Order: sequence, then structure tokens, then C-alpha cells
Amino acid sequence: MPSLLDRILEGRQIQQRRPWPRAVVGAHLWKFVANELAQGRLNLLGLWGEPSTVHMAIMEEGTAEIAIVSLDCPDHAYPSVGLHHPPALRLERAANDLFGLSAEGLPDTRPWLDHGNWGMRFPLGDRVSALPQPAPYRFLPVQGDGMHQIAVGPVHAGIIEPGHFRFTASGETVVRLEQRLGYAHKGIEGLMAGADLDRAVQLAGRVSGDSTVAYAYAFSKAAEAALELVVPDRAVWLRALLAELERLANHLGDIGAICNDASFALMHAHCSVLRESVLRAANTAFGHRLMRDVIVPGGVARDLNDEGKATIQATLDNIRLRFPALVELYDNTASLQDRTVDTGVLKPALARQYAAGGYVGRGSGRSFDARRTLAYPPYDGLRFEVPVLNEGDVNARVWIRVREVEQSLSLIDQMLDRLPKGPLRTPAGRQAEVREGMAVVEGFRGDVLVWLRLRDGRIERCHLRDPSWFQWPLLEAAIENNIVADFPLCNKSFNCSYSGQDL
Amino acid sequence: MRKLLFQSLFRQPFTEQAPSPDEAALSELATAVGRAARRRLGRSLSIREVDAGSCNGCELEIHALNNAYYDVERFGLRFVASPRHADVLMVTGPVTQNMRAALERTYQAVPDPKWVVAIGDCARDGGCFAGSYAVVGGVGAVVPVDLHIPGCPPTPTAMLKGLLALLERVDNGSVTP
Repeated sequence: MPSLLDRILEGRQIQQRRPWPRAVVGAHLWKFVANELAQGRLNLLGLWGEPSTVHMAIMEEGTAEIAIVSLDCPDHAYPSVGLHHPPALRLERAANDLFGLSAEGLPDTRPWLDHGNWGMRFPLGDRVSALPQPAPYRFLPVQGDGMHQIAVGPVHAGIIEPGHFRFTASGETVVRLEQRLGYAHKGIEGLMAGADLDRAVQLAGRVSGDSTVAYAYAFSKAAEAALELVVPDRAVWLRALLAELERLANHLGDIGAICNDASFALMHAHCSVLRESVLRAANTAFGHRLMRDVIVPGGVARDLNDEGKATIQATLDNIRLRFPALVELYDNTASLQDRTVDTGVLKPALARQYAAGGYVGRGSGRSFDARRTLAYPPYDGLRFEVPVLNEGDVNARVWIRVREVEQSLSLIDQMLDRLPKGPLRTPAGRQAEVREGMAVVEGFRGDVLVWLRLRDGRIERCHLRDPSWFQWPLLEAAIENNIVADFPLCNKSFNCSYSGQDL
Repeated sequence: MRKLLFQSLFRQPFTEQAPSPDEAALSELATAVGRAARRRLGRSLSIREVDAGSCNGCELEIHALNNAYYDVERFGLRFVASPRHADVLMVTGPVTQNMRAALERTYQAVPDPKWVVAIGDCARDGGCFAGSYAVVGGVGAVVPVDLHIPGCPPTPTAMLKGLLALLERVDNGSVTP
């Protein structure tokens, strides 16, 4: 029996197939896809605009087949997907802010990234001058007795990124949280247009600093797919090694930070030491603590020498020695468990609906992990488990990360053992024709998606979709009926990226 | 937990020797502000961090300043929750159009005397984001900057050197707003 995607794409002209097909569809089929998303038979991977086209990346539930459908909208309007499938809401609001593409029937037409400060509207589409008096942003109304509002941000009390949270509370209990983001919007997709690959991969690596490896990795894979570049084996393995080191560092730091938000500083102190050890090893091995600008289209810019290898190995040995005691400490401290168990519960149905990636999805029963589900090399030849829990609380998200630390340690071992020898980079060359490519890579936070089109060796359009797009809205749901004081704890357990979402 | 705490009593601390104050930072500070000294703060500075639109890379390394290796508090440097408690604004990122007003208001909320430390390459002139419709530019385009610490992101050691230089100058009374 042909799959759902085959039936959708049947008889359509396939524009490009690198590595997944993209087909131009009509409004009727676009709405059919929206309906299939709403029914849960398809997952939404992304939705983005161009001056007069809107694209949607979808994945079939079950088979994990992926495709892109595109709808031409010369009059700058298209049938809203968000109307049927709420995960598309913010993406459609953003597409309107950036391109002036209006989603017909969109239930929420408030601007998302555009705060009225750019001096223009639709910066990536047909630019028009800004509204002389932008309307004040209207938060959703709340009704009821004795409600009060708490406004937080964009400047927070800690060392965190900018964003605004509007809590409505009844006593101590959060009745509604509404997020307002976009403060860190830097116009990266605008800067991408016209950039050559060197500059573009540098920008991609600065979309979200904590995922600099994952972004450079996803961008490079998308560019290589477009150019049909074959990456040398050694580079394929080194990239995955970099990605696992990044995952390890972030998980170690965040496990401690989550405990710190429950006022358990001891875990934080010890986990920070382990995180620092990974960053130092990365610095020795790859010349940069966050491993920035190491992955480039065609391969990697730096090799791993014996000293680097030995340093990484010693760091792993030390983590293996010290981490179990910390896990035991987490597990056996009743006062800490009291804060994390049953707090900030994300229901599995919501995680599935939003196709939430990373520990947010896997803590709530969604097993998707791009390394396993899409099995890109070298992960197709490595042994690892994908931990999944169904509880959906802060505790579940901590445990997913604990297990993933253990899996990353094992993966790095296997990689160091089997690291092939050979060249590091295939030169990109210059292709005059128009080429498209897409890639999905598992970052520490979840799946990072990059889609791009190259013309004459330069970026014509590049879209980078952070996993946070499908996690931020779920935090709003998870915090409901929790006390205000538990928000930092819940927020840290999600640890969504502001910069990655705002772009 | 007791075992972990007990081990920590007998283990050598992770904390490393203080780096020497950064020469470049010292000379930048020496010429940065020329107005007359009004008040000395002693060897203590309270820092309020503001992300004006960074990629969050700088935040990761600022966090690292608090870990056991760098232990920034031993120098009297402390991160505080409100600009009203701060002597220093530590600002990261290219300033986005959407953060400009928030940065200005945070600056105004810091009582005098105050200093602004711009962290990272983007904070100097917008870095690789300069020229975007959504970016104002460096921190200096919005609030007066006393010290830049370059890097993408700067290492914790580089930040520590810069901050120690600031501390020395403040201590000598030779840097004043």
C-alpha cells in the first residue's frame, strides 16, 4: 500500500529531491495536508515563507518519511494551517511578520517577531514602511475572580536570554502563562540571503550558541545535499563526535542548573565542574570551548590529533567516575524529588501533537530522535539507546538527560575507537544552477531543521528551524496549575532557546 | 550527600590561580573615562547581566565564571538580580532593535556610579550580525561602554582578566563615570 506521502505527492511535479522530495501543491492539497496534520497522521517539521511561496515540511507518523509541500501565493495569502493544527500558529505569525504572507483563517493574527521597531514591515518580502503607531500588543484576556497578573522580562533576574512572560495567577497557582518572544530577533535569515557558504555557515553556527555544533552540522548537511557533496568518512565521524560532546556539555550543565532552580546548589556545583571539564577537553581537541566553526560544508575545518583524543578519553573516564554519585544524589534527595516529581507535567498527547523533539518529547512518550529515526551516518552504525519516559514531569526530563549523558559517553567511546583515517574536507566547488537541500540533525535540545536554496554558489534563501518552536508553546501548557515559584524549575527543564526561536 | 561533602573537604579545590589583569583592558580603561573621581567602591562590584540579543554563547561562558574553577565571587564580583543593586552592567550581543528600549531602561535603572562592560565580538559593533534590519549595532550605540571584552564568546579567563582590570581601576579611583 502506498504511504500517505506517496499519495500526496503522486502525479505532482517534484522540484528537487535532496534528500527529500519537494512538490508544489494547490490550495486543495495544502488544506488536505493541514487536515492530516490535525488528525495526527502527519507531523509538522516546519513552515516557512518566501516572498510569494509558503513551504511546509512534514513527516509521516509511523514511516518517518519526509517531504516538503509548497504553495505558490502570488497574492500573498494562503489557507492557514494553524487554524486546524495549533503547532503552526507561531510559524504562520512569523511568516507574516517577515514576508507579509497572510494565513487566511489564522485565529491569532498578532505579530510575533515584529515588535514595531524595525522601521519597516515585511523585511524579507515586499518591504513597506512601518505603521506610524503600532498597536500595543494585546495579551490574551483572562476572566475570573481574584486573578492577578505578573509580568516578567524581557530582562530577567538571572543570566538568561530575553523574553517576556505574562503570568495570570490565582493566589499562587498559575492559571495562564503567555509568552511573548522575538526580543533576540537578529534577522539572521535576512543576512543569509546572498551570503557565500563560508559566511552562511558562520551565521548558522550563531543562531543558538548552545547548539553551535548542531546548527553548523545541519546547515552543512543541507548544503552538501544541495551540492551532492560526498563528505569524507573521517569528517562524518568527527562531526558526530563534536555533536556528542556538545550534548554531553549541555546535559551536564542543565541537570545541575535544574537542581539549582530547586535551590539544591550542591548538584549545580558538581555538574558545573563536569561541564567545564568537557569544554576544556573540547578546547584542547578542537581549539574552541564550544567547538564553534569546526563543522563546515564539505567536512570539518580541524582534525583531531592524539593529544586531543587522549584528553577526551581522560575526560570521559573522569565523568564515568564522578557522575554516578551525582545521579544517586539526585535520586535519593527527597526534598529535591519533592520539587521535580509531578511538577510541570506535559501530557504525551500534546508532545505528540506538537511533534516535540529532544528530552521534552522523549520525557512525554514521543520516541523521535533524528539520530535513530532518520539514522544518518555514522549513527546508523553505532550502538545506542533512545530513552523514553511517559510521566512528562520535570523529573522525567531530568532522567532523559541523565540517560542521554550515559549514551553520549558510550557513543564517544565507540567513535574514538573506530574513527576512520583520511581527508577532512571535500571542496564545495561552485554550482551555477539552482540547488536545494534540507537536513535534520539531532541537537541536544531536539531536531534542528535547515532548508536552503543555492544559486550561483550563494544562499538565495535559508530557513533554520529551532526545536524550540514546538517546545515553547508546550511550556505554557505544562506550567498550568503549578505554583509561580516552580516556573524557573519548569522553564529550565524545557530550556528552550530564545535566540534559536527568535532568529 | 554526606560522602560527597566529606570528599570535598579533603580534595584540592578546583579553583585556579587568578589571572593577571588584562593589559589591553587596563589601557582601554585608563583612557575610557576622564571625569573626576567621586566615590570609591572598595574591592567589590555587583554585576547585572543583560542579554541584548546574543546567540546565548556569551551567557554560557558568563555562567562558567561562577563555576568552581573560576569562582568569580572570591574577587568580590557578584551577579545580582536587579539593575538597582548593580554597579556594572554586563551586556552581551548585538543590540537588537527589539531590545534597545529594554537595555536603555535597564541602564537608567542602575544607580550612579556605574560602568558598562560589553562582552563579545557582537557587543563591539554588531559582529557578524551588523547591517541587519533588526540590529542596532554594538552596545556602545545605545549606552556608553567602559570596557570591551572581545571573543566569540570570550573565554571565562578573558572575562576574568577584564573584570579584574576594571576592579583595579575602580579600586584606585581612576575610573569614574
